[in-house]
Order: sequence, then C-alpha cells, then structure tokens
Amino acid sequence: MASSKVKDVLFGPVVDNNPIALQILGICSALAVTTKMETSVVMAVAVVFVTAFSNLAVSAIRHYIPSSIRIIVQMVVIASLVIVVDQLLKAYFFDISKQLSVFVGLIITNCIVMGRAEGFAMKNTPGISFIDGIGNGLGYGFVLLTVAFFRELFGSGSLFGIELLPLTRNGGWYNPNNLMLLPPSAFFLIGFMIWAIRAFKPEQIEEA
Amino acid sequence: MQQRDSVFYTIAVATVLCVVCSLAVSSAAVALRPRQEENKRLDRQRNILDASGLAMGEFGISAGKLTRKQIDELYSRVSEELVDLETGQYNTDLDKKEYDPREAVDKLDMSIAIENPEFDLGEQRREKVARVFFVKKPGDDRIQQVVLPIYGKGLWSTLYGYLALKSDLETIEGLTFYEHGETPGLGGEVDNPSWKAQWVGQKLFNEQGEPAAMVFKGPAPPGDPYAVDGLSGATITCRGVTNLIRYWASDDGYGSFLDKLKDQIAAAAPDNDSPNNDSTNNDSNEEDK
Repeated sequence: MASSKVKDVLFGPVVDNNPIALQILGICSALAVTTKMETSVVMAVAVVFVTAFSNLAVSAIRHYIPSSIRIIVQMVVIASLVIVVDQLLKAYFFDISKQLSVFVGLIITNCIVMGRAEGFAMKNTPGISFIDGIGNGLGYGFVLLTVAFFRELFGSGSLFGIELLPLTRNGGWYNPNNLMLLPPSAFFLIGFMIWAIRAFKPEQIEEA
Repeated sequence: MQQRDSVFYTIAVATVLCVVCSLAVSSAAVALRPRQEENKRLDRQRNILDASGLAMGEFGISAGKLTRKQIDELYSRVSEELVDLETGQYNTDLDKKEYDPREAVDKLDMSIAIENPEFDLGEQRREKVARVFFVKKPGDDRIQQVVLPIYGKGLWSTLYGYLALKSDLETIEGLTFYEHGETPGLGGEVDNPSWKAQWVGQKLFNEQGEPAAMVFKGPAPPGDPYAVDGLSGATITCRGVTNLIRYWASDDGYGSFLDKLKDQIAAAAPDNDSPNNDSTNNDSNEEDK
C-alpha cells in the first residue's frame, strides 16, 4: 500500500493531476522558455529540483512554522533554493543559463512550487513531500517538453538544435512557422494538450 | 499551539530561517564565483574569436564548440587595449584587467549621454573608455584586425556584439551578437551564421568616409558594398542593427580612435601601399602622438 501511494504521488501529477493542464498553474514560464528543447529540459530539471527540495525543507520544519508567517517562510526557502540553482547553472551550464536569463529567477514566483509547499508539504511527512515535489516538477516538465517539441520542430525545424527539417533559408525545403516561436503558440499547444488529456480522461472536465 | 504563535517565537523562527538561508545562498555564491568569472571570460573570448573569424579560419567550427585549450591557443593572438573614445588615445590610467565597460555605463563620471539624432542608438548613455581588441598573426607584430565592442537597441532588448575590421579599417571582417533578447526565429536570426556571413567583406564607410554599412529592407541589391539582406519579420531589429553599427563607426563612437589607429598602422608598415586610395581620409593628417 505504501509503495502504491508513492507511485500515485510521483506519477499522479504527470497526467491525472497535472499542475499545468488541470490546475493551470505555472503557465507564464511555460510560454517563455519552450522555444527550444534544450532550455526546456534545463528549466524542467531546475523546477523538479526546487519543488522537491522546497517541499522537503518546508515539510521538515512544518511543526515549527508559526502560521502567521508561514507563506513568508515558504517563500524564503523557495527563493534561497532558486538562487542556489541559478548560481549552479551560471557556473556549470553557462550558455543555457544565458538563454534562460531571468526565467530561472522567476521560478520563485512559479505558482506550482509555492502551491505544493502550502498545499502538500505543510500537511505531510518530508519523505512523501519530497516525492510529491518531484512528481509535480515532472508534470510541469512533461508539458514543457511536449510544447517545446512542437515549437522547436515546426518553428525552427530542429530538435535539441539538430536540424531535422532543412530550412528554406539554409537551402532546404521547410519554411518554418514563425508563429511557433512566439509565445501565443504555447497557449494554443497547451490548449490542445488539455483537450487531448480530457478526451482520454473525461473525469477531469469541470462541471459547467 | 499558543506558544507557536507568540510574537517572540515568530521572530525567533524568522531570524533562524533568515540566517540559515542567507548562509546557504552566500556560500553558494562565493564558492561558485571563480567558475562563473572563468565562464564569462571564456564566453567573451569565444565571441571575439567568432567575430574575427579566427575560430572558423583555424578550426572550421564556431568558437562555441572549441575546447578551452584551443581557445587559449587562439586567443594568444588577441591583445586588448583601453581606448578613450573622445580623443581616440589609449587609456593607461585604468586597470586593463579589472575595467568593465558595462559597469562604467551606469556610473555618471565614467559615461556620457548619447545625443545623436542621426544614428539613434536607443540607449541613454555610453562609456567614455572602451575596450578594443587587436588580432595579430603569431610572430608578426602588425595588426591584422581590430575588434570593436558595439551595442544598441533592437526591438525588445539591447543587442551586444563585436564588429571586426580588417587592417584597412574600412572593410568588415565579421559581425557577431553575443547577447540579445530578440524574438527567436525573427529578430533572433541576427545569430544565423549564414546571415552573419554576409557581412564579411562589406564596407563600413562610404567614399566620403561616412558610416554607410546597413541592413537593407528586403534582399540587398546585388553587389552593393554596404548593404546586407534584411531579416524578414524583423524590421525594427534590422533598423537597430544599422543604427548601432553606424553610431559606433561615427565620430561619436570609434571614429577618432579609428583615425588614430589608421596612422599607427600606416606608420608600422610604411612600405605597404594603402589598399584604398580614399582621399578624404588623407586630409586628416594628424601627427602621431
């Protein structure tokens, strides 16, 4: 029973209870960093890291947090973790951190991280909170990568920077769809994803 | 539960948390600083090697793919100088290693306001002293190229880049932007290697010695020595690139430095015929400092 709960907590947020697709949280960065697979992967890993460890830390001190300042306490923990991640990226993945620019810092304001800290970690033990953080990070990453896959493939004709559809401007046949490179295309793609997920899982449809 | 919400307890928890978190953040920042500085340095060197075409010329790949050793080896051909933009003289007062032009822009005493409606840069201020780079051949003291840092506003962001000139100081050897926030696929195509390649061999100045290099709107007329093709869907970025190149080439930018450098290069190679019989530039016959 214990292991099935871990599995639920870990994989539930990927499709069943996806933070972006069902709860519509964390859209902002999903629009901004998904023009390329590479940046999306790094962003997803960073969010998994931050959500997991902020859940762990908040859960570990949940009995000591005065309820009057609990949101601020969560914020401080999250902000510190994000700064550490940002520093690590600047030291070890300099090129990617340049492309992600402010969006790593903006993980602080990503509703998913704070939502899990307040909604899950404050009520559960550190171990399962950590897993929940990873799960929700994966759910976010899943949407990010799916959106980035279509945006990079049809917007730049490549995946991970490797050219798959030769572009007309480089002498190939594929005329890239520039809309894919602009933020609104991520809205459309996320909309299609939500449609697809709800077509398979009708129980996610809200009552009108 | 009474105790957990008391004022004293709340302040105590807040204090402990702040100390712990600030320790974590500051130790990460301090421990990783040397690596980050090293990355920045390597990044700058890579960009200069790209702008000057050295990476392509020697290894056939862009500098982003070179190993650190290859970069060190290539970069040994590059030397740096600080230049006072107003007089065009070398500046020896500032520390060449420590000086950061990007920081100087924010200091009132180290920068000046930009007032030049002719080439609208979109920026408010520029530094008084710029860092320029010289490329030489190994074992040859003559200057092969000069690489000038340039920047200016595009559509969303300030574009930062390098402009490399051949030793006649009129022909462009390369142009590269290393930092910008233009729309990927539209204005962001200033990174596209095949677009950047169009700049190679273009003329920076016209026959009157005025900055003339430009990004055309649409395909450039064939054989035009000044214009390169415009990027489709990126009119404002292209206009920004034209403006910033012309601004930095003008007398408000590197103009007086380039005049001085021309004399310096001519003095170093008196037997070399000037590759250009441009009469206007011979008028400004300043004495060597």
